[in-house]
Amino acid sequence: MNEQLQNFFVKWDEKAQKSVAKNPERKLMFTNASRLSIKRVYTPLDVTGDYLDDISLPGEYPFTRGVQPTMYRGRFWTMRQYAGMASAEESNDRYLYLLEQGQTGLSVAFDLPTQIGYDSDHPLAAGEVGKVGVAIDSLADMELLFKGIPLDKVSTSMTINAPAAVLLAMYIVVAEKQGVSQDKLVGTIQNDILKEYAARGTYIFPPGPSMRLITDIFAYCAQHVPEWNTISISGYHIREAGSTAVQEVAFTLSDGIAYVAAAILAGLDVDDFAPRLSFFFNSHVDFFEEVAKFRAARRLWAKIMKERFKAKNPRSMMLRFHTQTGGSTLTAQQPDNNVVRVTLQALAAVLGGTQSLHTNSRDEALALPTEESVRIALRTQQIIACESGVADTVDPLAGSYYIENLTNEIEVAAWSQIQKIDALGGAIAAIEKGYMQREIQESAYDWQMQVERKERIVVGVNQFHVKEDALRGLLRVDATVGEKQVQRLQVLRSQRDNQQVRVALAQLETDAKSTANIMPSLIEAVRAYATLGEICNCLRNIFGEYHADNLL
Amino acid sequence: MMTEGMQIRVLVAKPGLDGHDRGAKVIARALRDAGMEVIYTGLRQTPEQIVEAALQEDVDVIGLSCLSGAHNHLFAQVIELLKKHHAEDILVVGGGVIPEEDIPLLKAQGVKEIFTPGTGTLAVVEYIKKHALPR
Repeated sequence: MNEQLQNFFVKWDEKAQKSVAKNPERKLMFTNASRLSIKRVYTPLDVTGDYLDDISLPGEYPFTRGVQPTMYRGRFWTMRQYAGMASAEESNDRYLYLLEQGQTGLSVAFDLPTQIGYDSDHPLAAGEVGKVGVAIDSLADMELLFKGIPLDKVSTSMTINAPAAVLLAMYIVVAEKQGVSQDKLVGTIQNDILKEYAARGTYIFPPGPSMRLITDIFAYCAQHVPEWNTISISGYHIREAGSTAVQEVAFTLSDGIAYVAAAILAGLDVDDFAPRLSFFFNSHVDFFEEVAKFRAARRLWAKIMKERFKAKNPRSMMLRFHTQTGGSTLTAQQPDNNVVRVTLQALAAVLGGTQSLHTNSRDEALALPTEESVRIALRTQQIIACESGVADTVDPLAGSYYIENLTNEIEVAAWSQIQKIDALGGAIAAIEKGYMQREIQESAYDWQMQVERKERIVVGVNQFHVKEDALRGLLRVDATVGEKQVQRLQVLRSQRDNQQVRVALAQLETDAKSTANIMPSLIEAVRAYATLGEICNCLRNIFGEYHADNLL
Repeated sequence: MMTEGMQIRVLVAKPGLDGHDRGAKVIARALRDAGMEVIYTGLRQTPEQIVEAALQEDVDVIGLSCLSGAHNHLFAQVIELLKKHHAEDILVVGGGVIPEEDIPLLKAQGVKEIFTPGTGTLAVVEYIKKHALPR
């Protein structure tokens, strides 16, 4: 059949060339965002490889078609809108609202001082308290944040990295006070420090001690919080910082390799912790490229876990992931158009087999989203799930010549990048040498230049303009939230048992200096209402702080 | 307006705790490609550190980038400190996720221009070439 097709294709191609000579195509070269070239048409000739080895069935190695046999026929992906602002009370209101609107999981956004381990009264926190997320200074704030939300009934994802262990400790204690034991808890901490150095910026400690905190969490959760996703290895921010789709896959999986290697080096058995690793990707503008990216990432990770790390448990080989639509693809111009962008990106994530999804709101190029905008974003997911029919069969784009070819191409291109990083000494070394950062910057600049040369059209930005008034009614974070948070902190410090705090912090210091697992003493410290800043300062004194090179 | 042939010196700065530096780095590179001398502060700079760097490097322009919503607080502090050091002649511009309604206040305080999402790098280059004062 292939020879026949080959001959037919040659003849067809001649005809097509003649037609192009008369009526030129829109471009001389068609490429996707990763600069892979796109052919005029794909045929069975473009899908090399073996169906059973490379594609197989859903829930079967190498999981190209998805990690479960029934996927969304069993249940839809988790609809999980990233939210949090101002005080714990206000964020709690937003969570209760989202749950009432049919959201199925929580996703907590913390403010920057929290993410960098500063209390709200630290000089560097000035102006930042409550701005990009909720301010959490101590267990007292965390208790308010989850008030009225049964932690045995919801799954909670927390975007927290450098101080992830501290926030997890707080979550465990809040649950305990609700009468929910830690083995019942379901959720995720992002806990991915490597992409913070490479792309996101909320690091505290240097790589060595940061990796130790991470492997301590792996070990602790394997024993005590078995349903918890101990890390969400994130390509999202790498992509937002400007990488291509191929780089997103390559850098993320390289970071994943570094975590697995570190945990094995710390004495853990791969199948004890690997089933709880999870991933987080971006869904960007190029629809088919994104679908293929998710499928390629799944296949690549399965192979890496099986072949490189000799995992035996299939769950260790499954790349389970959360997706967020691409924040940097939103435009401040004609913001309602963002609803359409988000719809396409969300659809790509679903066709790519995501386990959970955040859809961005139309006003996020301008501010945090209003309640109305968030509702439209959530409804977008519900329309895809309940009305479009795309969730009724597993991996419906499989077998598309284009999708399968692109899945292969992305896998090959990402694998070659991963090997390059291996040759540099792995992800940590590559980051320390500035390799990932430079690659990302190059791609970001390249993208911007494509937009400015109009090789890439962004509707409403470099074409199809209208005169428009500034969008009114944007969400504003209460300017007094910083002061209120500082007052609350002062009250806490005067009312808690400060002797108990001193004892707990002394124990934390001892454990941090030794090779003991740090989680038990962290749990005791947060239980005593030691603040996040106090805990992180204690660790800063022992671990030191990371300082980035300012690469340009 | 700078005299022909003089190289404009620009400090691109990230005040506060915001880690989004894609825009700052793209702008920095575009300004450099346009022939300016560019110094990038890196992340997590206090207004004091930024002003100190600006004075030490004797820059003509400071470009502030903030996407965390803390711009009103942080930009105002930079302006305040420049006044304190009698360095108001340094052109201060800003960019990031900044709502339209905040712009008049920022301009009244002394930020000369705010570039919002979607602005091309050429617009920023042109603005700086036209408005940077020789020091």
